[in-house]
Amino acid sequence: MEWQPLILTFQLALVTTVFLLIIGIPLAWWLAYTNRKTKAVVETLVTMPLVLPPTVLGFYLLVAFSPANAFGSWLDEWLGIRFIFTFEGLVLASIIYSLPFMVQPVQSGLANLPSQLREASYVMGKSGMTTLFKVLLPNIKPSLLTGIVLSFAHTIGEFGVVLMIGGNIPGKTKVASIAIYDEVEALNYSAANMYSIILFAITFLILLSVYLLNGGYFKSAGR
Amino acid sequence: MIHISLQKILNTAQNLMTLNIELALERGQFATLYGASGAGKTSTLRMLAGLMKPDEGQIIVNDKTWVDTDKGINLPPQQRRVGLVFQDYALFPNMTVRKNLEYALTRRQKPDIVDELMDMIELSELQDRKPGTLSGGQKQRVALARALVQRPDILLLDEPLSALDSKIRIKLQDYLQKVHRQYGLTTILVSHDIPEVFKLSDQVYVLEDGVVARQGSPAEVFGYGQMSGKFRFTGEVLEIRKEEVVYIVTVLIGTNVVKVIAQESEIAGLKVGDQVMVASKAFNPVIQRVGE
Repeated sequence: MEWQPLILTFQLALVTTVFLLIIGIPLAWWLAYTNRKTKAVVETLVTMPLVLPPTVLGFYLLVAFSPANAFGSWLDEWLGIRFIFTFEGLVLASIIYSLPFMVQPVQSGLANLPSQLREASYVMGKSGMTTLFKVLLPNIKPSLLTGIVLSFAHTIGEFGVVLMIGGNIPGKTKVASIAIYDEVEALNYSAANMYSIILFAITFLILLSVYLLNGGYFKSAGR
Repeated sequence: MIHISLQKILNTAQNLMTLNIELALERGQFATLYGASGAGKTSTLRMLAGLMKPDEGQIIVNDKTWVDTDKGINLPPQQRRVGLVFQDYALFPNMTVRKNLEYALTRRQKPDIVDELMDMIELSELQDRKPGTLSGGQKQRVALARALVQRPDILLLDEPLSALDSKIRIKLQDYLQKVHRQYGLTTILVSHDIPEVFKLSDQVYVLEDGVVARQGSPAEVFGYGQMSGKFRFTGEVLEIRKEEVVYIVTVLIGTNVVKVIAQESEIAGLKVGDQVMVASKAFNPVIQRVGE
């Protein structure tokens, strides 16, 4: 067994979670307070990775970013970014794949705060940004923690989408879940078992700590 | 001068109601919007604060236009100088009492005002506590102080005392009176508590189904302008008891329980819980129902 796939897995989960915080919080904020009709569409798109087979997502990403077509080659030529069979590609796919796990807890946390908190802050002359960071987010810490941990844990557990867009390149895209599959195919069960047991233990500990701290996802989401 | 002229179609629980409000307030006045729930009081306040957009109308505060729908002006709440006290306080749970007040400071403002207000409204001892550990009356004092930090042009009070018991309510009314005078505020109170309206306001606007039905001083509006009493108090009927040929009416006035003798004709239509006025005309006290 090598440590590389495990380290890569946690790197991926960490980077993905950081990006999801940056993308997910404004999105959740918009979804929680908008009255626009487009809300339903955006909400649907954000939620779809929950029900869609990961291979579908992976397949379309593969097609979209393939250097063989216009968009993929444009990215490659002008920006020098390649998403196919690279770590960057894994990050992009993971962000989309884990988006609902960040957005939904934060959105429901915000929506459940009394609207007077926002209004009081606005009447005091504070901007939406100040209100979000000083008033709203500090009061939904359990929801934020839930979002962060679920995104992180869910990214660790990715398989299908990673396999489709990342392939199996050691040190670049070979994450632990792929390594397990690889070892099993090679009938190397003891190595597969090592990876599995480590992933099992770590995800167990992460989720346990959240449930202990938070009293559970459903409790914090329903507050 | 504050000119308010607002039209808005409101979607109430029962039906559509057209709110059509005209108010002209003097600077430094303590005005009350009085009326049943659903009459449009809170909506009027929310439009003043910029939290609700009127369909049509104008709000001009000391020559500054806050709202003019014809010209497409509708200042966001951030640009209006208002202080707003909500019925359920709206304190920020993540901040201590002091931090709640400090949050309201503008960038250029000196922070001295925070200590000044905490002294005046007697919050200094509570300053390091979080809102979750305070009683209702304490929370509302914090909310009042916080609304005053920015030295607003208009202080808006949305039934701030209705969730509190009468003893604390009376104490808070004293604070309201004190800050109103001290800071020369123009205050608009939403209330349906007649003793409170009497105690605090200079001018009362009675709202019925979205329009101002009556306006004037509390005595004019609630109909005791005509009576030449030597003294008069308003209170709430606690008990009506028949004793021989007369009735004894027990009335709660402030925190005092007073017993008044009444004739059968006087208590007709009077029931426990009614707001009444007790007045003395020469020797015998007169008891009379107040309100609409």
